[in-house]
Amino acid sequence: MSAVNTQPTVLPAEPVKAPHKPLVVIGSGGSPFALRLRDVWEYRELFYFLVWRDVKVRYKQTLLGAAWAIIQPLMTMLIFTIIFGRLAGISSDGHPYPVFSYAGLLPWQFFSAALGAASNSLINSSAMVRKVYFPRLVLPVSAVLAGLVDFAIAFVVLLGLMLFYQVVPTLAVLLLPLFLLQAVITAIGVGLWLSAVNARYRDVRHAVPFIVQFWLFATPVVYPSSLLSEPWRTLFGLNPMAGVVEGFRWALLGSAPPSGMIAFSALISLVLLVSGLFYFQSVERKFADVI
Amino acid sequence: MTYAIRAQNLAKLYQIGQRREMAKYATLRDSLAGLLRRPLGRASVGSVDLWALNDISFDIKFGEVVGIIGRNGAGKSTLLKVLSRITDPTSGRAELYGRVASLLEVGTGFHPELTGRENVYLNGAILGMRKAEIDRNFDEIVAFAEIDKFIDTAVKFYSSGMYVRLAFAVAAHLSPEILIVDEVLAVGDARFQKKCLAKMQDVGQQGRTVLFVSHSMQAILRMCDRTILLDGGSVVADGPSHKVVNTYLGKDQGAMGQREWLDPARAPGGEVARLRAVRACDPAGVIENTVDIRTPIIIEMEYEVLKGGYVMIPHFYLVNDDNIRILTSIDMDPEWRRRLRPAGRYVSRVAIPGNFLAEGTIYVEAGLTTLEPQIGQWYEKDVATFQVADNMEGDSARGDWGGKIQGIVRPLLDWSTTYSGS
Repeated sequence: MSAVNTQPTVLPAEPVKAPHKPLVVIGSGGSPFALRLRDVWEYRELFYFLVWRDVKVRYKQTLLGAAWAIIQPLMTMLIFTIIFGRLAGISSDGHPYPVFSYAGLLPWQFFSAALGAASNSLINSSAMVRKVYFPRLVLPVSAVLAGLVDFAIAFVVLLGLMLFYQVVPTLAVLLLPLFLLQAVITAIGVGLWLSAVNARYRDVRHAVPFIVQFWLFATPVVYPSSLLSEPWRTLFGLNPMAGVVEGFRWALLGSAPPSGMIAFSALISLVLLVSGLFYFQSVERKFADVI
Repeated sequence: MTYAIRAQNLAKLYQIGQRREMAKYATLRDSLAGLLRRPLGRASVGSVDLWALNDISFDIKFGEVVGIIGRNGAGKSTLLKVLSRITDPTSGRAELYGRVASLLEVGTGFHPELTGRENVYLNGAILGMRKAEIDRNFDEIVAFAEIDKFIDTAVKFYSSGMYVRLAFAVAAHLSPEILIVDEVLAVGDARFQKKCLAKMQDVGQQGRTVLFVSHSMQAILRMCDRTILLDGGSVVADGPSHKVVNTYLGKDQGAMGQREWLDPARAPGGEVARLRAVRACDPAGVIENTVDIRTPIIIEMEYEVLKGGYVMIPHFYLVNDDNIRILTSIDMDPEWRRRLRPAGRYVSRVAIPGNFLAEGTIYVEAGLTTLEPQIGQWYEKDVATFQVADNMEGDSARGDWGGKIQGIVRPLLDWSTTYSGS
């Protein structure tokens, strides 16, 4: 056996001082309404590293790599154009159907992928959950955020499509980041609910693909929400993704904005986020036992 | 007095159904069914309560290095999980006065597709290190892991030794005020284990508080001044390490390598025969608490036959730490086989060869049965206990491997490898 290596010198380390107040109290219960966001802030770098890991690993060992981020929405758009645009002749509010559906697919595919990733995020990292402490919130949230990279890639294709069909955005395009933010908030809100329930009840894993499929048709991706008359159109905002998709179209294509619906859907998104946060944090300490 | 950890009446209840692999997670259907059956009660159909921790209290002063020992299932891991905030206690509370880092497993969150460098950052972040902190320690981590050439290679191409060294190196550079460590040192080769122990001792000497679970009594004695012994979820001993370790190994029966019944009235047995003593000793007759894995160990029982005229079968069972019966051994001495024994004192000995038992604690159970009529005269559990230890010198059955070895025995077998050309 080889000689023992010289020990790496240990820094004479900052003298450790004993604090007089406990930094952490375990088992105190704590108020169910206290969002432990300070703790989440402490671990902010973990968000970055997990997102970075997801992005880095996602297309490893694939032949086409990041091209998948383009192929998926592009192929879906083609199929929608043929079936719904041509065969069914669904209205597209006067825009070329490919641009119309792609502008809707862009936030939708981000949302559906984020939902899938977030709902399984705790289970997929069960080793981490069982062996390390960190705010569990980091897992579903970073799973959602990692989807933004695919979104950005797919967005470039949209620019190409708009150029091809000579669609010129209006000033409303400045609102686009807001609608993207709403999509993120909605995905995080629903993702928190689903991931927390999934930790306990694996039924969720089987239900999510079905929910996503159903939700797609409940969202004006292949059709415009102008098919509905008021007040139904505003009520449609109960589905926050309806607001996001119509918001995207407004910002990118300049369609007449269904403002009532958009405002209503934004409210629903916030409700989902806040309720998701509370629910998630009320059950997160049980995850290690049930996962 | 400044405390680092104060635990008060910590308790943790598991419902066994919850814990079993098969029924680990519920389905909605089960819960709904449970709800139907007991509409108002808690849905706990078919589960058994298990208190993994039962009213645990202790205070740990700042800068103390405390060992935690106990048999499997004693509650050690659960205690660490509760103190690490991974799981909540069912009742009780604990206060932690400082930043806590816990190391219950090395390499948690390592991703095989990422390079060593990337994993250092990822794993560091998971363990609660800041990026700046990792930056600062990066070179030292790589040097400690001894993998500098491969730091930019994906870890899926690492040997298991390299993987573990890198994972431990990251963890070893955590600098929390309170460090909680599960049995993670039982990895890597012997030399690296020593290095890790030294590193942990340094951590302790920097005035940090360390809570350290181990099955290795040597490591506990070397690192910790104070040790807490858990059994059945409760603290059964808490004090200077050498005392607690002795309590643990001897199970309160005095010297653990031997047990004697000085008062015949209390000795196991009956009218036919009575057990007087059981000893585990080396070939020279010295009673041994710790046995080198390579050397034979003699186990003997001393007994008194009170009523002659029976054929007797003395026997031993050896049981390991996981409560697995390693073997049953029956007295085969031709001298007394099938022969009626006169009354008097006897000593029956068996030699367990070296390089046969696996490392760990061995509990001896002793029995004696008469033939015709077939009656068990006694069967006594845990009459002697000893530790089998490997000195890691490379000539035991573990060879040059320093990690965990599975199997309940560890014989040194003949191997040959032939080269058949390239």
